[in-house]
Amino acid sequence: MDSYFSILFTEVYKILFLLVPVLVSVAMIVWLDRRVWAFVQKRRGPNVVGPFGLFQSLADALKYIFKEIIIPASSNKLVFVLAPVVTMTLALISWAVIPFGEDFVLADINVGILYLFAVSSLGVYGIIMGGWASNSKYPFLGAIRSAAQMVSYEVSIGVIIINVLLCVGSLNLSDIVMAQQNLWFVIPLFPMFVIFFISALAETNRPPFDLPEAEAELVAGYQTEYSGMMYAMFWLGEYANILLMCAMGSVLFLGGWLSPIDIFPFNAIPGPFWLIFKILFLFILFALVKAIVPRYRYDQLMKLGWKIFLPFSLFYVVLTSSFLLYFDLLPGK
Amino acid sequence: MKISRLLKTIFMIDFVTGLLIAIKETFKAKKTINYPFEKGSLGTRSRGEHALRRYANGEERCIACKLCEAVCPAQAITIESKERDDGSRKTVRYDIDMLKCIYCGLCEESCPVDAIVQGPNFEFSTESREELYYTKEKLLENGDRWENVLAANIKADSSHR
Repeated sequence: MDSYFSILFTEVYKILFLLVPVLVSVAMIVWLDRRVWAFVQKRRGPNVVGPFGLFQSLADALKYIFKEIIIPASSNKLVFVLAPVVTMTLALISWAVIPFGEDFVLADINVGILYLFAVSSLGVYGIIMGGWASNSKYPFLGAIRSAAQMVSYEVSIGVIIINVLLCVGSLNLSDIVMAQQNLWFVIPLFPMFVIFFISALAETNRPPFDLPEAEAELVAGYQTEYSGMMYAMFWLGEYANILLMCAMGSVLFLGGWLSPIDIFPFNAIPGPFWLIFKILFLFILFALVKAIVPRYRYDQLMKLGWKIFLPFSLFYVVLTSSFLLYFDLLPGK
Repeated sequence: MKISRLLKTIFMIDFVTGLLIAIKETFKAKKTINYPFEKGSLGTRSRGEHALRRYANGEERCIACKLCEAVCPAQAITIESKERDDGSRKTVRYDIDMLKCIYCGLCEESCPVDAIVQGPNFEFSTESREELYYTKEKLLENGDRWENVLAANIKADSSHR
């Protein structure tokens, strides 16, 4: 019994050590998002609360906590309450397998990338539940759109991941990073990186693919009926997902915790910082894209996902595998 | 589809150009001001919070002609008048419901003695509705506080009238 508790406590301590920074960085990333968006439009963005407005998200969160939670009378109350919890939980548990450095990972499981992929696919459930349980037109339409969109782009993300796995020969995320010691996969697999980035935008319902919450036609999509802390949880889950997608992109293509060049001033910086830099770089790209692109039409979105990305990434799988086979570079031989 | 157009689409030339423009714009000077800390300039005719002015000797300008009350499209002004001991007609009550007021400036326009004016102050939000039912005392106090600015604005604008 004692050993059970000691294991429990060490694990809880580790989990907190991961979760608290993730949640804080989610708050910071919201600020960064608004700030970058504002800067591109030559506005100032939130700059009042705290230094440079850094605590803006905390102030917002505080506001959400004290707001009333309104549950529509005709909603399915259990599912309605569960939906934001599911979204948030799924967005956070995937962080368990992200390696921040050598042996610096909460759960070093062999099928890390599969786990990540599975959990991010489950993320659509939170949205469907929220949209369906609201029992209202706009949330329902938003949820349907969101489900279709996320499923379509998951397919191409899956194929892109196969490309990476072909080069690595392992599903373990740490192995994926270590395989990039000589060459980051972003160079040989650059088209896949671009497609991964765009699919990640679609997967996290970011502009230009934010059709599920297209405010012009759907009010706020699946979030329409939510208020107070429940809305804030959707919001946190969404940004945690975005951050996760950035982390996934960094691990798969940008060499995770590895420094760009293995020479002195660069390799002296600890691995976690490199990963954070890479995540930030990708996130700033996300934010810039949000600022410059108009929203896609729904049929264009589907066409892009199924008719362009999927065939192209499948073609690239063939290309990668034949290249590896021809030059006898297949891993694990 | 022309080949050049196809290549443009495949390599996302437009998108990359847009991205570069966005990055360039990021470092340019901001077009907005840091509002509560810096303020933009206001014209002399800006129509903000109301004020009742006095003559230099401290006498109220208002003669209770009720032109403003009559012209007010929102019917926000309520005036009651009485003859004072020295025979002059003065207001005993001059209320403006700032919540009804649409800040059209007709009261200022109609006033024959430049008594009721709208000053440049637009930051008079309150936490309760009651605080926005302005009475004569409040309006006169506003007039005393803003007299310098109000007089300067009226003078600057007089050549256009």
